Amino acid sequence: MSQTFVEPSAPAPADAVPRDLTTKPRFSDRVFRGVVTTGGLSSLAILGLITIFLGYRGFEVLRQEGFNFITSSTWAITTDDAGNVVESHFGLAAMLVGTILCSIIAVVIAVPISVFTALFLNFYAPVWLKKILVSVIDMMAAFPSILFGIWGFLVLMPSAEYWGKLLNHYLGFIPIFHVPASYFTRSPFIAGIVLAIMIIPIITSVSREVFSQTPLDRIQAAYALGATRWGMIQAVVIPYGRGGVVGGAMLGLGRAMGETVAVYTVLNIVYQVNWHVLFGAGGNIASLIILKFGDASPYEIKALMAAGLILFLLTLMVNAGADLIVKRFGGNKR
Amino acid sequence: MTTSVIPAPTRPWVASTKDRLFDIGIFALALVVDLLLVAVTPMKGKLAYVFVFAIAYVTLSALRQFIVRGSASAKDAFVSSLVAFGAFVTLLPILSIFVTVIEKGSKGIHLGLFTHDMSMATPTDPLSNGGLLHAITGTLTLVALALIMSVPIGILTALYLTEIQGRFTRPIRFLVQAMSGVPSIVAGLFILSAVLYPIAKNYSGFMGSLALTILMIPTIARTSEEVLRLIPNDLREAGTALGGTQWRTVAMIVLPAARSGLVTAMILGVARIAGETAPILLLTGGGDKVNGNAFNGPIGSLPYYIWKSFNAGSPESITRAWAGLLVLLILVLVFFTIARFLGSRKVAK
Repeated sequence: MSQTFVEPSAPAPADAVPRDLTTKPRFSDRVFRGVVTTGGLSSLAILGLITIFLGYRGFEVLRQEGFNFITSSTWAITTDDAGNVVESHFGLAAMLVGTILCSIIAVVIAVPISVFTALFLNFYAPVWLKKILVSVIDMMAAFPSILFGIWGFLVLMPSAEYWGKLLNHYLGFIPIFHVPASYFTRSPFIAGIVLAIMIIPIITSVSREVFSQTPLDRIQAAYALGATRWGMIQAVVIPYGRGGVVGGAMLGLGRAMGETVAVYTVLNIVYQVNWHVLFGAGGNIASLIILKFGDASPYEIKALMAAGLILFLLTLMVNAGADLIVKRFGGNKR
Repeated sequence: MTTSVIPAPTRPWVASTKDRLFDIGIFALALVVDLLLVAVTPMKGKLAYVFVFAIAYVTLSALRQFIVRGSASAKDAFVSSLVAFGAFVTLLPILSIFVTVIEKGSKGIHLGLFTHDMSMATPTDPLSNGGLLHAITGTLTLVALALIMSVPIGILTALYLTEIQGRFTRPIRFLVQAMSGVPSIVAGLFILSAVLYPIAKNYSGFMGSLALTILMIPTIARTSEEVLRLIPNDLREAGTALGGTQWRTVAMIVLPAARSGLVTAMILGVARIAGETAPILLLTGGGDKVNGNAFNGPIGSLPYYIWKSFNAGSPESITRAWAGLLVLLILVLVFFTIARFLGSRKVAK
């Protein structure tokens, strides 16, 4: 049997180019990726546009007022008969203080309640009760803010006013519980309670998320060492979930700062710096915008845009901080 | 021959009859203390009963555990009742809101509400005059427009985060999170400054739904992302193995598999914005007449109607506001329940 031996072909020339093995995406895929990426970047575009437009509209006022826009607290505009601006002073300090005061009251009230609720849902409640409660609390997060506002004004106000009087009666020697005049209705304290009720769902759900990620082996190790349920929570769950709770509280703070209608309905909006939480005077930036918008001149509207920009940047910072904290300490949702 | 004694099985972790009796006793004792304290001291109101009872119950049960088992157990009992009370306090406002809205709102509900608008009536008129028709149609128009605009953007964002995972994934996830915290009034001011003043120059429903779109995108994007994450990777690999391009795989396999979850995302978005008030006040102008054209002229909506009636301040108008709140609440709850129902099925078979 003869074998035909095929002479190997000449060696490849030195300048041969290796065949390209990467598959090029098809045209349809390139279009798809382009469209999806554009859609994905829209959030960046929207946030950027908000900053640009509010900054552009408010620029004139911000430049004229300079740093006073944040530190002074007069909001006055005088126009002559033709509608030209004669004199204007725009300072946001009173409303800035009011915003921070109300939202801090809200967080102080909401955090303990939310943490207790989250602990109850994760470690105490039977499964059927947990399911129902989680649904109800999530549903509460979808309640419209105007509902909280009107309920707070008509239903909560009488009780809350009474609690305010009690606080003032027994703790009035502490400066913030002091009132300059006996007027307890529509105070920052009551607005704070309403805001607290509004942010309890979000703080609860973030805390619950973080608590539920506590490693099971550590929980069982604590029980195996003879810990009671509270001993286990104290030694394992709280150290593990602390950061997440702080992040959740900051998310709640951000929500409380931007709340408009509920605060406007409940709070007696007075343009002055008021640190007395039980005294019925205060305001926040968002409610100022709603209050002044109706009959504002074009120039004042620019000032309101600048105020909106400040509020936007403030909430953005708080939210970004909250997000970083929650990410860092576990809990990848919300 | 040895007899072995088989011990009867015991269940030491189950509460004995004695324990149960003690629990009931403590409950009753706390109730008695509660009634006495509220009667004797000048405290008043239903809430006083609730709080005094909670304090009495917490103290008594901790005391009993302290006597029977010592301080660690007492602390445990103390925290157990405290935590349960915390959950109860969370529920209290929800209950109160429900009861008040149903009680006060039902007075203002009548059939004419759904067939008339307020063009021939003022908020202070008797309740039988006028109705909610303009507000309901207006809210539906606003929500539908916002839905049309935000669903593509929200789902594309979610697709970018789950399917493409390019180098912008982390920043975009961060920005979507940041966007969900944008105060509603800022969204309103933005549309006012960017669209209404320079381009449209007039109030219209479209302006309102633009602002609502901004508020709705993060909800839809985040919920859709969670749903798309639940789609098993096997499905995507199967699509690629059959020779599908990424576009075909996503469009023919991933999205249909996630269908019910995506619908849930949309409905949650609707529930989030249906009652949004602040941007509506800035942008829509709030007419009293049924306005079918969202692009021209002021348009009424439920939040605007509630706001206007509430601020009119007479007893009739406040009842109108409660009736409006009841309708709005029912709307939100219906959306929420549908979303829950669909969401519990998560991935379609």
